[in-house]
Amino acid sequence: MAALDGLSLAEASARLRQGALTSQQLTADCLARIEQRSSLNAVITQLADQALAEAAASDKRRADGAAFGPLDGVPLAIKDNILVAGAPATAGSNILRRHVAAYDATVVERLRRSGAVLLAKLNLDEFAMGSSNENSAFGPCRNPWDETRAPGGSSGGAAAAVAAGLCLGSLGTDTGGSIRQPAAFCGVCGMRPTYGRVSRFGVIAFASSLDQVGPIGRSADDVAVLLNAIAGHDPRDSTSAQVAVPDFAAAVRRGVQGLRIGLPREYFELGGCAPEVATAVRAAIAVLEAAGATLVEISLPHTRHAIACYYLIATAEASSNLARYDGVRYGDRVDPGHGLREMYLATRRQGFGAEVKRRIVLGTYVLSAGYYDAYYRRAQQVRTLIKRDFEQAFSRVDIIAAPTAPTPAFALGEKTADPLTMYLSDIFTISVNLGGVCGLSVPCGLTTGPRPLPIGLQLIGRPFDEESVLAAAGALQQTTDWHRQRPPAGAP
Amino acid sequence: MTDPRTAFEPVIGLEVHAQLLTQSKIFCGCPTAFGAPPNSHVCPVCLGHPGALPALNRAAVEHAMRFGLAIGCRIAPRSIFARKNYFYPDLPKGYQISQFDQPLCEHGQLVIDIDGAARCIGIIRVHLEEDAGKNLHDVGDPNCSYVDFNRAGVPLAEIVSAPDLRSPAEAVAYLRELRAILIYLGSCDGNMQEGSFRCDANVSVRRVGAAALGTRTELKNINSFKFVAQALEYEIVRQIDVVTSGGQVVQETRLWDEAGHRTRSMRGKEESHDYRYFPDPDLLPLVIDEGWLARLRGERPVLPAARRARLQALGLPPADVSLLVEDKALGDYLDAALARHSKSPKALANWVINDVQALVKNVAGGAAICPVAPAALAALVELLDAGTVASAGAKQVFAELAAGRATDPAAAARALGVELVDDSAALTTAVNQVIANCSAEVEKYRAGKQQVIGFLVGQVLRQLGGKVDPKKVNQALRRALDG
Repeated sequence: MAALDGLSLAEASARLRQGALTSQQLTADCLARIEQRSSLNAVITQLADQALAEAAASDKRRADGAAFGPLDGVPLAIKDNILVAGAPATAGSNILRRHVAAYDATVVERLRRSGAVLLAKLNLDEFAMGSSNENSAFGPCRNPWDETRAPGGSSGGAAAAVAAGLCLGSLGTDTGGSIRQPAAFCGVCGMRPTYGRVSRFGVIAFASSLDQVGPIGRSADDVAVLLNAIAGHDPRDSTSAQVAVPDFAAAVRRGVQGLRIGLPREYFELGGCAPEVATAVRAAIAVLEAAGATLVEISLPHTRHAIACYYLIATAEASSNLARYDGVRYGDRVDPGHGLREMYLATRRQGFGAEVKRRIVLGTYVLSAGYYDAYYRRAQQVRTLIKRDFEQAFSRVDIIAAPTAPTPAFALGEKTADPLTMYLSDIFTISVNLGGVCGLSVPCGLTTGPRPLPIGLQLIGRPFDEESVLAAAGALQQTTDWHRQRPPAGAP
Repeated sequence: MTDPRTAFEPVIGLEVHAQLLTQSKIFCGCPTAFGAPPNSHVCPVCLGHPGALPALNRAAVEHAMRFGLAIGCRIAPRSIFARKNYFYPDLPKGYQISQFDQPLCEHGQLVIDIDGAARCIGIIRVHLEEDAGKNLHDVGDPNCSYVDFNRAGVPLAEIVSAPDLRSPAEAVAYLRELRAILIYLGSCDGNMQEGSFRCDANVSVRRVGAAALGTRTELKNINSFKFVAQALEYEIVRQIDVVTSGGQVVQETRLWDEAGHRTRSMRGKEESHDYRYFPDPDLLPLVIDEGWLARLRGERPVLPAARRARLQALGLPPADVSLLVEDKALGDYLDAALARHSKSPKALANWVINDVQALVKNVAGGAAICPVAPAALAALVELLDAGTVASAGAKQVFAELAAGRATDPAAAARALGVELVDDSAALTTAVNQVIANCSAEVEKYRAGKQQVIGFLVGQVLRQLGGKVDPKKVNQALRRALDG
């Protein structure tokens, strides 16, 4: 079975279809690897029994000639802020440590309908607030390429699990870069779809106007198949768009002939981009140019306000979204017995971690009487300017290319003392969320040295044009094999 | 010595919360029915579970729009749902989804009748919001409080009047009219006991003639028209006493203490809340397109003011008009009957007010489910008008219809044998006989005692076995006696 851990989702799916492999074999193999790589701490909850039962059901469907499609029998794992009925949904927080989801998120329901096997709930920064997975109440997840380093965040577990072969694909969430940055750090492909492309129903909210579920896989093909399974309007999420879902898998093979790729001056000029990252990103862009794309220098002038804007809007929404964790109806209640106010205070004091508290306080302040106009309203105006930057850019180009993160994976503990440096690691990804566009990170290189680390290329597309982004990622994969690089098998 | 109180006038504005009559809650599919076992009408959405999202119930929007149109509001083509943030155990999400700076309806007005004079009361806004759950303190473990979330997420319209009301009587008249409109539209059942029609009052006092408003207090827990009047009366006197004794009214929320018959300061809520309103990112702006608005405008529902005017024009006495306007089902019944037989509105109204009302008293649904169909009553009155039955016979027919033994009044009259015969020869014979037999009464009549005619009519009817229209007997007798 050793050969299985190198499989991509597409390859595994083909073997299942050919009968060369059963879902039960594949599932057992993944579960074994979850155990074997437990030092990664990528998994918060294993769903072994259910997963094996789902695998058996899938094998039976296939034997009966009634398999559903490319995801039938494929073991996947889910970031633990997405609800799987009957399974704990912790959001990486103590306050939900014992909370069991009462229902399936729409994306989970759709994966089930595609026959996917759900293996595990994956580690994350508490309530998806963080860029390193170090803000998890369940301890940090580790980077499979170097366990002393962060896998990125907040979907650290979702990226690490795919990179280490614990599952064949995963779902993460991306509010400011939480899929793309860990995908870059772990050497996998991760997409943040356009806001509204995927239902948020059943996804524990961090910042409602920015949150979006997206797939993580080993290649653009895997991401496309997963996106096809989860995308589409959901009447239970009013913000999900009534936009037709194209065949994303076909888009991956479309090529980049004639595609105009914008290179934002500000992204390449902003200080802090490691030389190795810049070199790898430029090399990947050259590959796309050689494949027929044209390069156009563009400007996104309001990028420099993105982080400030983001931390006003995201924290404001978070302060309200997290008010429901009050110990009254579910979750862990801490009641010192001195009345309601004390119950609220003790529950939230003990239930939330430092970063979550920091953001609740900041967001509460931002919305307070007398400050709303100066902060929240102003931030919304800046957001409009950032959106306009993208609109103008996309009148001249079809996609935008940039680094995903300014550096490769940083060491665990390196940035925890200074929240601001941590926030800056999302500098290239955050504008995508504010601008309502889509973005994907695809592996485009490795650093040199005894422990090479992956580098990610970020491709940004127009609203609801995930296809062009996937086409460019597919073209890169045609002539490079960065997406086939695997981290060392065991802990170094 | 003049009463210093007459030197002041009260200024009152009312906030009404009306529960909208939808099948399901405003943001989820849970039923809204009152009286179910605690926490039986709940789901992840209305319990504020992690990950749950609201999806707007358009029926609630329509009810609010209908009401807005009925009071002449401007319906915003685009309105915004906002979050009102505060912590309370009955509030599942830690915020209430409401509308703040961009409500659905604005700038309406309502006309009330004060001693025959019309007063126009401004309505600043009507907006949609969700109700909270209900805290329960007197059940189960005495050391615990409980929360019932059945009500959480039930749709409410908040209706805010301008500070245009100048007396408790005006406030009550306004509430009555508002409630009647909501009931007429089928948008609210108006039940104050069950809390589906709730009122908070803002009241201040100022010297007569002063332009500036005094400091106001907000009165809560006034769940009947009687308490609204009592609480306002108490509070107005209290404020005038504070001001005239050199004090200052404190802006605060006060509860009506029903038992103590007074308002008292609500302790523990002194600090003013900062609700940190902001647009709810989970809901898109509510867009009302022209087609939707036009469809609702086209419904042209019956409204209490229009019915009142029409019934007054028919010449019905004021008390009957009030009754038929306030009991919508009864008024509807009369309208339906009038549609079949419009000749005798007063007679029909009397039947509706006396006989129909008696029949449906204490029956849920009222006149709407009366066993005697409005058309049947109309037909019965038509028989009376045509002289086919007499009123005593008509009562018998009505009883048959009410008991479900008959549906067609004409057939019932025939079957009961109360149909009058129209035999002029027999009538002439009987009249002549009675004149001959009752010479004393005839003398009195001829001497000017007109009332005696009643006795003579009775004699003729007896001769004919009651099966003749008394009016015709009366006419025939007079012709014979006067001629």
